[in-house]
Amino acid sequence: MPQRILIADDEPAIATSLQFLFGNAGFDTQTARDGEEALRLAGDFAPHLIVLDLMLPRLSGLEVCRALRADPRQAGIKVLMLTARGSTADFASGQAAGVNVYQVKPFSTKELLALARRLLDSGETSDVH
Amino acid sequence: MLKGWVIVCASFAYIGFLFAIAYYADKRADQGRSLIATPYVYALSLGVYATAWTFYGSVGRAAIDGVGFLPIYIGPTLMMILWWFVVRKMIRISKINRITSLADFVASRYGKSALLGGLVTVIAVVGILPYISLQLKAISTSFQILLQYPQIVMPQKIGSVALFDDTAFYIAFFLAMFTIAFGTRQLDVAERHEGMVAAIAFESIVKLIAFIAVGAYVTFGMFDGPADIFSRAMAVPQLAVLTTPFDGAAGNYVSWIWLIILSMLAILFLPRQFQVAVVENVDEKHLNKAVWLFPLYMFAMNLFVLPIAFGGLLHFPDGSVNADTFVLTLPMSQRQEWLALLVFIGGLSAATGMVIVETIALSTMVCNDLVMPPLLRYTRARFMQHEELSSLLLDIRRAAIVSILMLGYFYYLVAGEAYALVSTGLISFAAVAQFAPAVIGGLYWRNGTRAGALAGLTLGFLVWAYTLMIPAFAQSGWVSLSFVENGPFGIELLKPLQLFGLKGVDQTTHAMLWSMLVNIGAYVAVSLLSRQSVAERIQATLFVDVLSQTGERTGFWRGTASASSLQALVGRFLGPARAAELFNSYARSRGVAAAHELDADARLVRFAEIQLAGAIGASSARAMVSSVVQEEPMGVDEVMAIIDEASQAIAHSQELEEKQAELETATRELRSANERLKELDRLKDDFIATVTHELRTPLTSIRAFSEILHDNPTLAVEERARFLAILVKESERLTRLINQVLDLAKLESGAAEWQNVTLDLREIVDEAVNTTSGLFKVKKVKLDVNLPMKAVPVVADRDRLMQVMLNLLSNAIKFCDADHGKVSVTVSHLHDFVQVDVRDNGTGIAKKDQVFIFEKFRQVGDTLTDKPAGTGLGLAICRQIVGHFGGRLWVNSDYARGATFSFSLPVTTMAVE
Repeated sequence: MPQRILIADDEPAIATSLQFLFGNAGFDTQTARDGEEALRLAGDFAPHLIVLDLMLPRLSGLEVCRALRADPRQAGIKVLMLTARGSTADFASGQAAGVNVYQVKPFSTKELLALARRLLDSGETSDVH
Repeated sequence: MLKGWVIVCASFAYIGFLFAIAYYADKRADQGRSLIATPYVYALSLGVYATAWTFYGSVGRAAIDGVGFLPIYIGPTLMMILWWFVVRKMIRISKINRITSLADFVASRYGKSALLGGLVTVIAVVGILPYISLQLKAISTSFQILLQYPQIVMPQKIGSVALFDDTAFYIAFFLAMFTIAFGTRQLDVAERHEGMVAAIAFESIVKLIAFIAVGAYVTFGMFDGPADIFSRAMAVPQLAVLTTPFDGAAGNYVSWIWLIILSMLAILFLPRQFQVAVVENVDEKHLNKAVWLFPLYMFAMNLFVLPIAFGGLLHFPDGSVNADTFVLTLPMSQRQEWLALLVFIGGLSAATGMVIVETIALSTMVCNDLVMPPLLRYTRARFMQHEELSSLLLDIRRAAIVSILMLGYFYYLVAGEAYALVSTGLISFAAVAQFAPAVIGGLYWRNGTRAGALAGLTLGFLVWAYTLMIPAFAQSGWVSLSFVENGPFGIELLKPLQLFGLKGVDQTTHAMLWSMLVNIGAYVAVSLLSRQSVAERIQATLFVDVLSQTGERTGFWRGTASASSLQALVGRFLGPARAAELFNSYARSRGVAAAHELDADARLVRFAEIQLAGAIGASSARAMVSSVVQEEPMGVDEVMAIIDEASQAIAHSQELEEKQAELETATRELRSANERLKELDRLKDDFIATVTHELRTPLTSIRAFSEILHDNPTLAVEERARFLAILVKESERLTRLINQVLDLAKLESGAAEWQNVTLDLREIVDEAVNTTSGLFKVKKVKLDVNLPMKAVPVVADRDRLMQVMLNLLSNAIKFCDADHGKVSVTVSHLHDFVQVDVRDNGTGIAKKDQVFIFEKFRQVGDTLTDKPAGTGLGLAICRQIVGHFGGRLWVNSDYARGATFSFSLPVTTMAVE
């Protein structure tokens, strides 16, 4: 059965590219445009991985992550955070919120795919690329 | 019926009734339920102005002078209506300083001078003697006439009977007894006599009723109404002449004026008037009603004077009946026994009212201002305790009352025959008028000094005595007539009735002219030439400025005292119990637990002094207090030194305050500058971070799609096309953003290039509208453009101006209402600048956001949570551009009611290129 990936990004162009990327690679994808929608879909769609943008309207990526981790049913979802900001402070707060992996924008599509696969295959802890 | 004993019994019964009223009123006052605390009683008590003079003498005067009896009633009317505020000021001062008599008032004003108080008392007593004698004469005469009923016989000459056969003597005696009973039963610390006031108010009513009764009887009973009387009087030439006031010499105008002035002063300065109007006043506000009630009373009193006078002249044509007696003899002639008795009682009422109040007032002055000061200074009286002092004071007053009445009787014997009642009364008016310069000057002229008052009063009194008293004695044969006719030692210029050759005026006017001249002249001249002591200066200011002062005044005082010794002093005069009460309540008002804990400071000393003044007068109070307190009198120099020091200290502390304020301002400014710098730093960091972020976003999708397209050559055509389109769009977006950032940086750093030309603003607006017309159509937004008729030349860079217009228009489209979007553009040429308004009908911008939107990267809504389209730099750039052209860019918006972005540009006078 294909694994499910939830894409949360409000930039339509980026969301579209991610959708194609993962869809083409054989994943089941759904897209959320804001933080609240992301949480809702996380419940309904029950993805295995979320590709989460940091800057989301309504609820920020960090808050979504925290909410996920707080809920035992969804605590196992892997979180890949995308961000254009890349300061150490951001990484630290990301770790504290329970992010599994950080990816800085712009990214290489090949690398992103590889990162996602690795996350899904194993239960790796936080890493930074 | 009208036997002697009937009349006497009726008189005693009436007086007894008055006494009962007084007693009852005093009882009520003690209970705190005062009977007299109404403006009507107050106004009626002022009616004590109308004495036997009014009752009998007005008719007498009218029979000779016609309407010439009026001036002495016009005066008080004018005084009340026009200058009642003088009375109010006197009341206010008297309440504050516990002033209990006219002498005390004058003494207090001029530095609490015992000498001045004594002088005023002497003048008052001597001056009022004629007035008292006229009351005695009136009662005695009316009694004797009534006794002869039914015959009408004029009484014998004064002095032609032995003392103990003389009715007047007995009348004087009984009046003294009544007065003592009314006024000296107890010592009231404020010299208020509620009982007396109630009795006076009642007798005002009685005499009014009596007079109106006889007036109505004469007018309607003996004749057929006023028309009848007057028409009959007109038929008699001697009488007709009486109705025209100013016939004859200009002397008449002058005498009217002086009489009016005289009576205006009398209503203030007659001791009995001062007593009822000022001392006995319960509430200042009663004055407001009295202002019209009292003139009304006098009008009613005088209504029937002329009818009765004419009636009398018509009825007793041969002059055998003295016109002063018409009110009595007319009803007698018609056998109206009850009416005659009523009239007698009315006259008795008027006379006794005057005597009682006047004598009580005078006795207070004699006691407090004449006898007590030397007594307290030189005899063992200053060591006496309360019991002894109280009975001493009362005894002094009783003795004063008896003495005054006896003196009044002697004047009656000596000079009573000389004049008609009215003329006698005017002598007293002229005497009390001498107080006017000192009192009125004291109320309104701070520079009036004690020396000036002394000089004015003394000289005025001497002139009065010379021009009025001496002729009166001469008329009665006690002074040789040649003195009056040829002047002293034959010096014609010093003739008492024609001083320095002043002829053609009547005696009163003559006396008034000279005495006032000398009085006022001396008062002003000596005041200007003399210096005031510190105490005088303080009192002067307190008096003149009383209406503008509130709260406590302390005055300058230096000395040592103890609160308990002050309380003991007050206790000696007011009784220990009362003193304890006063001091304890004062202590409470100062927030101190008990009297003995009070600080003996200037305020306490003043408090004690005022309480004492109510009992023994201001000057004695001052003397007593200073004997208890070790005082150091302060000279003017010392006062000035203290003031100097104080003002220096104030100036110094003001300087310090200013420096401190300056320091604080400087610190504040430094701090805010620091904040601004930090903020700018933060903004710079923010800016860089935000720019980086903004740039990376489109880059992300560009890179992603580039890789996707590269890695998936077998992609479907539509997909390929779609992705390429996105690529292109995002590239454009990136380019735009980079351009804008660079643009803004250039603008801000001043490195931008400007090609400024004179162009017509309308053209730019038109072009911008055309350029965006496609967008309007697509978004289905209505557009409204209003341009002026004439060209609007401005100096600007064409492209930059276009940039601004395009930005504003595209914003308007972006933010207008989603379904019924409407945008309107208005260009208004206002004098020397032009304003362009771009208005949309969207949701508007909240006040708090209106500042932010012009900042870099700020769009409506926080960038963290909302993501509207656009870079957020547009408005910042527009502002830079408009600012560069010398204009302003701003927004007006109410939330949910659309927004209007406006910018202004200066209009040039140059022609459009």
